[in-house]
Amino acid sequence: MLEAIKNFFKDEEDSKDVAKERLELVLVHDRINISPETLEDMKGELIEVVSKYVQIEESRLEINLAQDDRMIAIKANIPVKGQK
Amino acid sequence: MDGKVIVITSGKGGVGKTTTTANIGTGLAKLGNKVALIDADIGLRNLDVVLGLENRIVYDIVNVVEEQCRLEQALIKDKRYNSLCLLPAAQTRDKTAIAPEQMEELCNCLKEDFDYVIVDSPAGIEQGFQNAIAGADDAIIVTTPEVSAIRDADRIIGMLEAEGIKEPEVIINRMRMDMVEKGDMMDIDDMIEILAIKLLGVVPDDEQIVVSTNRGEPIILSSDKAKAGQAFENIARRVIGDKVPLMSLEDSFVDRFKRIIGLG
Repeated sequence: MLEAIKNFFKDEEDSKDVAKERLELVLVHDRINISPETLEDMKGELIEVVSKYVQIEESRLEINLAQDDRMIAIKANIPVKGQK
Repeated sequence: MDGKVIVITSGKGGVGKTTTTANIGTGLAKLGNKVALIDADIGLRNLDVVLGLENRIVYDIVNVVEEQCRLEQALIKDKRYNSLCLLPAAQTRDKTAIAPEQMEELCNCLKEDFDYVIVDSPAGIEQGFQNAIAGADDAIIVTTPEVSAIRDADRIIGMLEAEGIKEPEVIINRMRMDMVEKGDMMDIDDMIEILAIKLLGVVPDDEQIVVSTNRGEPIILSSDKAKAGQAFENIARRVIGDKVPLMSLEDSFVDRFKRIIGLG
């Protein structure tokens, strides 16, 4: 209870949460070993392919790696403005 | 007899592999199994001192593979359990002194006479690691609750899976519940979620480990039931297939009280 009250008044994030977030990020990259440049290239080509069919908002396209059990998923979030 | 070969490994050094090997090995012997421990950390022999057997070594693992002695001659019997043996590492040689095929042959030989063959691997993913896992059926990864140790453990899990060792299990060593409570240490669930691997056990950070290592007496044998000793005993029982629940690592009211008045 005392901990809970203390945490409520603390604006700093617990160091264990920081550790967890950093680890998650590091591990998904370690596991598939893709360089940031490759990811950028992939992003560029994705934009090209999808733009053939729909209008997209390039600046807001996000491509991320996420963990699902020990599998790594590539997640792309492509905002669509409208039909071509 | 067809025993099981289990390699105890880690990515980062200094996480407590050798202590874990000594305690699991002793625990399995205590439970009535015939156990052979192999120190595969060639050049940095240490399992002998943790077990208190350092002054009995005549031959080592390299002598065996180079056929300067028979395997039985190099096996050192434990002081406490007749059914526990140690095959020590060579200290004057390096990790290239044995090849993975030789290690595999050694493990297969020992499997015939022992229920469990436990291999204490060197840290990391170099040649020593390849040797240590060569004959292994199963793997136990030891990590501590720090970012760097967990990251390196994850690399090792990937390597083990690539080498065909499916479903390695993890032991989280040096857990500090007081820090978890303050939000300064990741808890078990956090770590297991990130690593996505089966948990074999959790060992609390316990200063009695230092004392037991000083004495060359695995903590699992200590009579005052140190929490770390109990944790290793539970782990040994899980290795033989018993379903043992995770013990509570939180301080009981009595423990806290004892500490406050200087008894614990």
